[in-house]
Amino acid sequence: MKKPEDINIILATDCGSTTTKAILIEKKDDEYRLVVRGEAPTTVEAPFEDVTMGVLNAVGEVEELTGKKLINKDGQIIRQTNGDEGCDIYISTSSAGGGLQMMCAGVVREMTAESAERAALGAGAIVMDVIATNDNRLAHEKIERIRQLRPDMILLSGGIDGGTISHVVELAQIIGAADPKPRLGIGYKLPIIYAGNVDARDAVSEALSEKTSLDMVENLRPVLERENLRPAREKIHDLFMEHVMAQAPGYKKLMTWTDADIMPTPGAVGLIMKTIADLESIEIVGVDIGGATTDIFSVFQNTFNRTVSANLGMSYSVSNVFAETGLENVMRWVPLHLDERDLRNRVKNKMVRPTTIPQSIEELIFEQGIAREALRLAFLQHKSFATTLKGVQKVRTLADTFSQEQEATIVNMMSLNMLVGSGGVLSHAPRRNQAAIMMIDAFQPEGITRLAVDSIFMMPQLGVLTEIHPKAATEVFNKDCLIHLGTCISPTDGGRDRKDGTEIMKYNITLPGGKTESGTLKFGEIMKIPLEIGETANAVFEPGRKFDVGQGKGTKVETEVHGGTVGIILDGRGRPLNLPDEDVLRVEKLREWLLSLEVYPESILKD
Amino acid sequence: MGHVYTPGLKVTEFTKVRKTRILPLKGNVLVSVGQEVKPDSVIAETFLPGKAEVVNISNKVNVEPKDLGMVIKRKPGESFEKGEVLAQTKGILGLFRSTYRTPFKGSLESVSNITGQMIIRGEPTPINVKAYISGKIADIIPEEGAIVESTASLIQGIFGIGGEKYGKLEKIVDSPEEPVDESYIKDEHKGKILIGGSFISANALAKAADKGVKGIVVGGFDDKDLREFLGYDIGVAITGSEDIGCSLVVTEGFSEIKMALHTFELLSKYEGIEASINGATQIRAGVIRPEVVITHPHLSDDKTAQKDMESKGVLLESKVRAIRVPYFGKIGKVVSLPPDLRKLESESKARVLEVEFEDGTRAIIPRANVEVIEE
Repeated sequence: MKKPEDINIILATDCGSTTTKAILIEKKDDEYRLVVRGEAPTTVEAPFEDVTMGVLNAVGEVEELTGKKLINKDGQIIRQTNGDEGCDIYISTSSAGGGLQMMCAGVVREMTAESAERAALGAGAIVMDVIATNDNRLAHEKIERIRQLRPDMILLSGGIDGGTISHVVELAQIIGAADPKPRLGIGYKLPIIYAGNVDARDAVSEALSEKTSLDMVENLRPVLERENLRPAREKIHDLFMEHVMAQAPGYKKLMTWTDADIMPTPGAVGLIMKTIADLESIEIVGVDIGGATTDIFSVFQNTFNRTVSANLGMSYSVSNVFAETGLENVMRWVPLHLDERDLRNRVKNKMVRPTTIPQSIEELIFEQGIAREALRLAFLQHKSFATTLKGVQKVRTLADTFSQEQEATIVNMMSLNMLVGSGGVLSHAPRRNQAAIMMIDAFQPEGITRLAVDSIFMMPQLGVLTEIHPKAATEVFNKDCLIHLGTCISPTDGGRDRKDGTEIMKYNITLPGGKTESGTLKFGEIMKIPLEIGETANAVFEPGRKFDVGQGKGTKVETEVHGGTVGIILDGRGRPLNLPDEDVLRVEKLREWLLSLEVYPESILKD
Repeated sequence: MGHVYTPGLKVTEFTKVRKTRILPLKGNVLVSVGQEVKPDSVIAETFLPGKAEVVNISNKVNVEPKDLGMVIKRKPGESFEKGEVLAQTKGILGLFRSTYRTPFKGSLESVSNITGQMIIRGEPTPINVKAYISGKIADIIPEEGAIVESTASLIQGIFGIGGEKYGKLEKIVDSPEEPVDESYIKDEHKGKILIGGSFISANALAKAADKGVKGIVVGGFDDKDLREFLGYDIGVAITGSEDIGCSLVVTEGFSEIKMALHTFELLSKYEGIEASINGATQIRAGVIRPEVVITHPHLSDDKTAQKDMESKGVLLESKVRAIRVPYFGKIGKVVSLPPDLRKLESESKARVLEVEFEDGTRAIIPRANVEVIEE
């Protein structure tokens, strides 16, 4: 592969389960920028059963749009530049064929098993189940479960170094007794990674080496106070390439084309998020809401976490969002009165015909209500997973004794700097203001938070690129990947003594050109002040004595705020955001907010 | 995107249907190429490994894990009868012995000197895979199964529940607009696949299952009734394994919707003929649609060659069905296909088409919101 400084043209693809997306990046005037993107249906499934066909079709579209020749007469990507021909490097990610599906096992569910789950999720896997000694299932139930699920691989952990051996071996025996068969490929052994107590290695090997393809890596929880997830994650990536990808149709060929290992799509997204958070020293939350699943990524306190809510999505899983949250919770975001029976049928019809789009504004509003709930539920799951390490001994104060919460989440909405959304319902919302309000309602950011959407979801490709060309990856991320929506300022209270109309924050914002916007934000209102993409404004926020915008209750904040397609959003609705219980009041309030942010056409909200 | 994908459901009188019938594990294939099969013919069989049970034998007989070798009477791999003494201590002068008797017939899989656990496994259970449709064996998949092929009428639905069944078709309504309630289900429908109209209620479906009806095909169904019938809400569209006597195939969607005339006429034409029905639906990568298959084993291949046209997507004059509100369920023909993106009422921009419905009215609909009725 060429040296980074000699790389001028980069071709990258992401083979998703339905669409393969190709992007072309070029260096111009010492800066890397996205030139064009192309897409085509993924061809992993019958009748094609060769992923490279979809890749070539997507790259073919890039060729058409740029006039460059990227595919040679043998139907291969040209990885040597010559005038208007070829690229310097070609890289790819993949989640086609169901992505990487794993099971994890550990001794204590909240400790080693959870660390194993974190390692697998961080590597981009879908975790089908987590087996633990204390998960209240009998041995034969665990065996049945492993057999039934047929994962691509299993990550087995358990015991700190020098700790329990017998419990770990017991788990190994259960896995051995299940004699698990891999999901793809009938003739090979299931890969198992052992990342537990080093003292149990021989016994684990005895239990599993004959029936499975066993690999050993360093303990992922060598002591209770520390996780060491990297060796397990790297091994997962290696095995993903060697076993899972090699079994999927056409991937052997694709692997010979790429200049870096093919990475599972969510693993690559995690990499770019972590890189950006590190480079800019910010705390960040990213969400990708798809048709079937919702992935949430976060970096808080320099710790990266990822969760996948496997059955929360906007098409295939839309009915499940409904089943989990209930009609009432969806309808609380909808400022219209609709018939329940009809709504239920509409949701199911979307499930069975997932590619349809809302034609009427009423349908769009309803769909965006469902999206808020899918995002909210996925984020709740994420918060409960992204915690400080459990099982670590701590000195507890008297106050902790009365607290129900055992381990605090590290997700801190007040210190969060940026919220990035992607996925059809956010990226393709007809008005950007709709994406902004959906994210604000679902995530409820506190204090000062920048909002953005990844317009064409190129984070996966940029994620792999960070591994071989971080400069190109970050430049394209900042300039072409994100569409900045603006900044949301939400003074936070404790949820008590609330009264609409109470003055909660004074603001004074000096816009580019010197014009100032100043006034008082009242409780229960939301407003926006235009500030274009790329522009910044100097702002002074003075919250009331019960409210906090980041520096403590009643403390003034002077800062620079960033603009975007929506601008500056002043959200005085309080945190947590509570909607009126009474139906008429709730609809009235929703209409007021949605009108103020120009979320939907006036005609539908003023009826 | 360069390609426009419009989901189409097949409703065709003559096509070649190929069904891959394979075991979940390797086993023996019992048929040969060219052999004629019926829906209940066994294609292949195998044995599922017996249930494994983990027994903490060390605790049961009060022996340290490292000493288990001295008390266990069988070696790993050896089999035992139900009630056999598998482990026994020497006791004191032959008295006070601790004994472990096996709970079932099976074999000893392993004994651990570390955990003190042993794994015993029950006898293998035989399983098989049947042909599901009448036809000929076109190909053998060694050790796994075979491909059954037949000329058939194929009616795909949009959603279904319940697994593979077969029985004679019987029409129970006069028109595709007619909804089915409990009064339509009779004792003599036992073992049949019923052709309904626009709708079936949960009560009628429950009565059908109770009467031993094998399957029902209708235009629409209500989500509320689905929950009532199953006792739970279907979150993700992966069905087919429901434990219900009567499989259901819904041809149009959720709500009361007239069954497409062509579908209704095709099913009605073969009233009295044996058919296979499967409610299994999976709407993800590798889509599975529920179906009714009416095989015509003695028709020549030419018939399908004439009729088996490749799907060409949406064209002018294509017959389409609107699959989302505000026109949901309406059928019409495409009268124009503007190439540029149009702004919808929802303010989204999308490629659209103009449809003339059966009542002569016209509407602009996003292309994503119609499906071609393939005939």
